[in-house]
Amino acid sequence: MSDVPAAAPEPIPAEPSAPDKSRARLTGAVIIEAITQGSSTVNTILAIFLALVVGGVLIVVSNPLVTHAWGSFFAQPGYTLGQTWHAVSFTYTQMFEGAILNPSTVNAAFHGGSVAAIFYPLSSTAAQATPLILTGLSVAIAFRAGLFNIGAAGQWVGGAVVATWLGFGVSLPLGIHVIVCVVGAFVGGAAIGWFVGLLKAKTGAHEVIVTIMLNYVMYDLLQYLLSHPAMLQQPHQTNEIAPPIANNANLGHVGGPPPQVGVGFLIAVGAALAVAWLLSRTTTGFQFRTVGASPSAARTAGINVERSWILVMLLAGGLAGLSAATVIQGTNTQLTFNSYGTYGPDGITVALLGRAKPIGVVLAGLLFGALHVGGTYVEAATLGQVPADIVTVLEGLIVLFVAAPALIRAVFRLRATSGTGMEAVAKGWNG
Amino acid sequence: MKLELRGITKSFGSLVANDHIDLVVQPGEIRALLGENGAGKTTLMNVLYGLVQPDEGEILINDQPLRIRSPKDAIGAGVGMVHQHFMLVPVFTVAENVTLGTEPLRRLRTPDISLGGFHVPSVNIPSYGLLDRRRARSAVLELSERFGLRVDPDAYVEDLPVGVQQRVEIIKALLRDASVLVLDEPTAVLTPGETDDLFQIMRQLRESGRSIIFISHKLREVQTIADSITVIRRGRVVGERPPSTTNSELAALMVGRSVQLRVNKEAATPDQVVLAVRDLSVPNEVAGQAVESVSFDVRAGEILGIAGVQGNGQTELCEALMGLRPSTGFVLLAGANITGASTRDRLRAGIGYIPEDRQEDGLVGAFSVADNLVLDVYDRPPYASGISLKLDAVRNAATQLVDEYDVRTTSVQTPAATLSGGNQQKVVVARELSRGNKVLLASQPTRGLDVGSIEFVHSQIVKARDQGVAVVIVSSELDEIYALSDRIAVMYEGKIVGFCSPDVPEHELGLLMAGAGVSDQSSNGEVADQMTQGATSELPASQAGPLTEEPGK
Repeated sequence: MSDVPAAAPEPIPAEPSAPDKSRARLTGAVIIEAITQGSSTVNTILAIFLALVVGGVLIVVSNPLVTHAWGSFFAQPGYTLGQTWHAVSFTYTQMFEGAILNPSTVNAAFHGGSVAAIFYPLSSTAAQATPLILTGLSVAIAFRAGLFNIGAAGQWVGGAVVATWLGFGVSLPLGIHVIVCVVGAFVGGAAIGWFVGLLKAKTGAHEVIVTIMLNYVMYDLLQYLLSHPAMLQQPHQTNEIAPPIANNANLGHVGGPPPQVGVGFLIAVGAALAVAWLLSRTTTGFQFRTVGASPSAARTAGINVERSWILVMLLAGGLAGLSAATVIQGTNTQLTFNSYGTYGPDGITVALLGRAKPIGVVLAGLLFGALHVGGTYVEAATLGQVPADIVTVLEGLIVLFVAAPALIRAVFRLRATSGTGMEAVAKGWNG
Repeated sequence: MKLELRGITKSFGSLVANDHIDLVVQPGEIRALLGENGAGKTTLMNVLYGLVQPDEGEILINDQPLRIRSPKDAIGAGVGMVHQHFMLVPVFTVAENVTLGTEPLRRLRTPDISLGGFHVPSVNIPSYGLLDRRRARSAVLELSERFGLRVDPDAYVEDLPVGVQQRVEIIKALLRDASVLVLDEPTAVLTPGETDDLFQIMRQLRESGRSIIFISHKLREVQTIADSITVIRRGRVVGERPPSTTNSELAALMVGRSVQLRVNKEAATPDQVVLAVRDLSVPNEVAGQAVESVSFDVRAGEILGIAGVQGNGQTELCEALMGLRPSTGFVLLAGANITGASTRDRLRAGIGYIPEDRQEDGLVGAFSVADNLVLDVYDRPPYASGISLKLDAVRNAATQLVDEYDVRTTSVQTPAATLSGGNQQKVVVARELSRGNKVLLASQPTRGLDVGSIEFVHSQIVKARDQGVAVVIVSSELDEIYALSDRIAVMYEGKIVGFCSPDVPEHELGLLMAGAGVSDQSSNGEVADQMTQGATSELPASQAGPLTEEPGK
């Protein structure tokens, strides 16, 4: 609109005759709408902000020095508020320095220090974000087809077992070994996901129940495999741990030591791009989205809903398997009983925060990666006074606020929008 | 009770749903509120019922201004509402439903305790009580007797036909002392017989001094029952008319221009049989048959109208024809057997399908208009090559179709859910008609549409016929059946009970729809044979006996 002179000699045709111009106009409208009405993106950003505010309150409450100061608030209000502000700002500053950029390293670099050190926090964040992005994509792609994949954890284990076994059990040349392991991890996860889809399609079993139960099956299977030397247990070990994978199977890094990017991170970003392409530019993605938005309309349009379920769960499982590959082959090199960590549940959170969109998932994964790194850093910097668990609370708060757009609108006095994206979340349970 | 709405104005964003509406309803009057979908009738009633707060204007009851903030206020003021979609609990009995929210209670009392010389007298436990089922039952019985609303108070609502469920809703309102009853499109779900019963009840209520606001867009019903008719268009009252006003005048008021209720069409020139259905049976969810041994032929260039009251197997028939429901029997499309084919294969073989429920089955509300326009052709050239989707082709086709079928939308990227019902249906019609079909199967193609959209959809269907498409229309609207059909088949309880030509008198068709012709099997068969003769020779022999009369199947 802005590039059209105000006194245009001819009225602008209403039809989008010039697609470029109309697209530009549309973008402008979207931005204006986002600011005045609070689009889903603005909501998310405000939710993160609100979570930081509430998290700040928790930091204050859990800090004995500050609570003590509040005891004498009326005697010395300035001191009290100062202490409060210091506690909160120190925590968040430390988190930022640990996860993104530490000004002192920049300063040091100008005085002959290591330039590489500047990028150390970002590298850690990317490394932490990698498996989260992939399990997030796993949940997101299933979600777009109307399925709740609670089973990224179990699929992760499936991928990890195959990657580990291929990692130490076979001997292959450099390059090929890595690829075989990554593909194996994808297949291992995909097999578990496929099974879920198959049960849903053939028997109508609800995927939420099936995936939750399969998670337990996979945890126990992992424990069994890791406690029998004939299976995956490292010989002469009493712990539940697998042998380290061969060096050839390591994903390694590009560049570095810092600045460096793990190959795993590149896989995650590549997977996000692939999922984005699949969803928006392919007939398969169109099928997934139609099935997700309206199974009955999909059926009426001749789409094989059951086949879509099986296929999307297969891909979701594969993505969770890739997540395992980036951990086993990227950072840990050894599969233990605790390796699966919280990648599965975190994937659900990341997908939710990223609104089941690949780009959103990458951003949400990076945010969570940064929070994890920052939490560890702040715990060390405050000698344990601020526990790393504070980021778990922050994560929870962010999701809580994202899931309650009405609350965000009320707090920030935004006008209601028609679509917040969360209706789909509620709807998914009926599928 | 005299009810007056004065200058009611309500806008939703830029849309003015009600623009200074004045309405006076006298005691003992049946007032019809006539208007197209989206004219603002329901908004006005929601204002009256306290569900929506007006921006301006006031509500007066017996000339006293009253602020109605919630349905509770409305009920307190004597306004009762029967919604289009019933608000009943299916697993509760009639008596339980009717008294829901105002359950008669027996006081819960502590027992009288005497132990030796120690006596604790019985005490009422405040604000708690036991349900008094007997009083609930007798209240229902009393009301149903007084107004001729025959209902069994102990029947479970889920077991009752819709017409009776509606009576339960009316009793519910009456039990709360409603002196103004709002009926929102009450006849939409009723058979003609049930509609007559409802009108009888309405007359009785009028005699008792209650007034009724009857919301409808069906001209004939409004003329039958109303004492006066208020016509609303685009949020404004455009006229008040007596019921003696002609059809065409009321229709003109409703749409703001004179409309043709009949479609301009030439006589059909039927060609080869394109769609042949033999002995099609569809099992229903329980043990019976939703469709029983239905056979018919449709020729290229003719429209077969399947008439019948909703719920007599038409939905199941359509879904079976589209492969969305398992069935027995034979379906032949242009000579090819498509009996066991998938929905996708049937669509590809050249059946266009306009489903009954466009919101649920015809469209994906969250998708853009463009995506909806390729919903069942997205995987074919030019929209796809391999697995890659050609977004430009989709957009271009959409832009063209939106233009051609006059879909009013701000852009082809607008979500379909934001369009009006008529424009949504135009999207479905555009998609199904634009891909060159041999057969068009349209189920309730104009349900809930305004007159302008109906006209458009009808003309498109006739155009398809003239281009040689074999068309099947399923409709429970007699006007639509008459306007479109070259031949009429009547369905009753899962069977086709007769074929007739479109110049059959309306009462005869009505009798068939009510099942009057059922016992007269032989003559139906005759008609059917006459209509399909010459087309049956190459078809498989009738399988009626073994396929449909097996008990328990």
